[in-house]
Amino acid sequence: MSLIAETFKNLEKKGQRALVGFVTAGDPDYEKSLAVMEAMLEGGCDILEVGIPFSDPTADGPVIQASSQRALAAGMNLTKALGMVKSLKEHYSAPIVLFSYYNPILAYGGRQLYEDALAVGADGLLVVDLPFEEAGELTGKWPGKDLDLILLVAPTTPKERMEQIALNASGFIYLVSMTGVTGSAGLDLEQVTQTANTLKSVTDIPIAVGFGISTPEHVAAVSKVAQGIVVGSAFERIIEENQNAPDLPGIIRQYAKTLKAAALKP
Amino acid sequence: MNPTESRQHDSMPNQRGYFGSFGGRYVAETLMPAILELEAAYEKARKDASFQEELSHLLKNYAGRPTPLYFAKNLTEQAGGARIYLKREDLAHTGAHKINNTLGQALLARHMGKKKVIAETGAGQHGVATATAAALLGMECTVFMGVEDVARQEPNVKRMELLGAKVVPVPSGTGTLKDAMNEAMRYWVGAVQDTYYVIGSVAGPHPYPMMVRDFQQIIGIEAREQVLKAEGRLADMLVACVGGGSNAMGLFYPFRDDPVEMVGVEAGGTGVPDGKHAATLCAGSVGVLHGSKSYLLQTPDGQIQEAHSISAGLDYPGVGPEHSYFKELNRARYVWVLDDAVLKAFHLLARTEGILPALESSHALAWAVEQAGRMDRDKILIVNLSGRGDKDLGIVLSQKGRQQ
Repeated sequence: MSLIAETFKNLEKKGQRALVGFVTAGDPDYEKSLAVMEAMLEGGCDILEVGIPFSDPTADGPVIQASSQRALAAGMNLTKALGMVKSLKEHYSAPIVLFSYYNPILAYGGRQLYEDALAVGADGLLVVDLPFEEAGELTGKWPGKDLDLILLVAPTTPKERMEQIALNASGFIYLVSMTGVTGSAGLDLEQVTQTANTLKSVTDIPIAVGFGISTPEHVAAVSKVAQGIVVGSAFERIIEENQNAPDLPGIIRQYAKTLKAAALKP
Repeated sequence: MNPTESRQHDSMPNQRGYFGSFGGRYVAETLMPAILELEAAYEKARKDASFQEELSHLLKNYAGRPTPLYFAKNLTEQAGGARIYLKREDLAHTGAHKINNTLGQALLARHMGKKKVIAETGAGQHGVATATAAALLGMECTVFMGVEDVARQEPNVKRMELLGAKVVPVPSGTGTLKDAMNEAMRYWVGAVQDTYYVIGSVAGPHPYPMMVRDFQQIIGIEAREQVLKAEGRLADMLVACVGGGSNAMGLFYPFRDDPVEMVGVEAGGTGVPDGKHAATLCAGSVGVLHGSKSYLLQTPDGQIQEAHSISAGLDYPGVGPEHSYFKELNRARYVWVLDDAVLKAFHLLARTEGILPALESSHALAWAVEQAGRMDRDKILIVNLSGRGDKDLGIVLSQKGRQQ
């Protein structure tokens, strides 16, 4: 069983939900970003999504666009992000998922990334603009299946398509809570519940819901319908507002703690 | 004639939207169902006689097709070689070839029951053409345009607004076509259930590159018939500018099985490879942007590089996947010309033929005039005059001042 699958199983036993924290690698710079990631893990993130910044993030709202720009301006790239994963894995056991657009992966090389990601201890990979139809060209280059491929399901995804996605996914399925880009407001719990229930009817793979989640109240509400809750833009907003604050990691740690406290199985 | 009917077999793209190894559907899951729905709707419309009749009717009576294939006698004399014909897309309604595609897509949107359309635009020609089709068919239209382009193509911004469209200036990145397309895709992710995205080039995820090519191939179908009628034979060479590549593919595609040379002219900007340019096929490498795999201008890390061109319509770091395929097959060759040569070609056509060409089309002219001079006088060359230059007066006049 993969570390991601095991993590969901263990949390389930403890009556908890998985808090999945997303952060752009290298925002605002390498050192501060590493400290932020450590703070997220110490604060209670059960799984960390390390975002590889991309110049043209077409699925992201203004907050993650800005974070990507800061990270790129500070010289972040996939190789350096893998270095950050390596540093984290020396001290933390939580699963780490690399989160990227496809083009930086193509430039790096699909097989090379598989090998290097495993070498630094990464557990999964999510590629925003690689639907399952196209994912074969990436996973076909992989010599094994030791890296979980996290796929997405959206509110627009019909049930038959969910079945196909589930067949190709491993680790967890990322359920996008709304039709919109990251950082959008307006979490619609009724609709999330409906989509999550449809998805649950076709797969046993754990579901983590993301987009539009920023408060402990959101986390508690989503905990009723899914095994995991993804928070991304909210962390990035804190980084943006406190990038020069001496205690940025402390603020992040405290925020993660309040979210984690609400991530309970009802 | 059926405007989207192919003269011969249609083997490309394959069912997954690939032209050889280029193309595909690299989009967020939220958009996948919409793209699959669009593909199904388009396949149906393609075979639907009433849809094709309605489109043919509009192209003829509304857009003014067929556009002339004009023998440019003065320009030919000036070049001193091959006979230069101009395919006068500048005479189509709204002043560019873009209307061929927007009428097709807007009709398709209506067939799909969508009442709102969005578009990206660089030079503003696609935006104007989309706003026009939307006004005609009674649809709500929003156009995304980079702030840099809003400034340098202001007349087209006003035109779009007069046509009832909302123009959204996009400040991110370099404020050009790429950024407009990013923002259109972001907006579409949020509005996909009731909004149709009218992509303006042979780019984007499948089925857009195929569909836009099909709607634009009327250019080549007409040109082929017209040159046969005028000269009793096919042309020796076709020349068109390439940004995303829709006017070039529209001209080239119906000639693809003919012994006719095809040349796509990219924006060399201030120099290739060391200056700032948009010569994607000449100086780029393969990657994924805006939903398809094709040549791109990118860093070794896979970050998209800023493009540059004096013409907003070519100022784009990507290119349609079928052009990448044509390049790989050596079916077409791709070259570039510098901004300075483009301006000279603009003035040359104005003075010799009394036609103000768009700066985009002036790229094709610049290369074609040079080339014609090296060809025998019995050779025939067709240049796609993809648009008119009224929108570019500000740029041309300011550059003239600078040169003096």
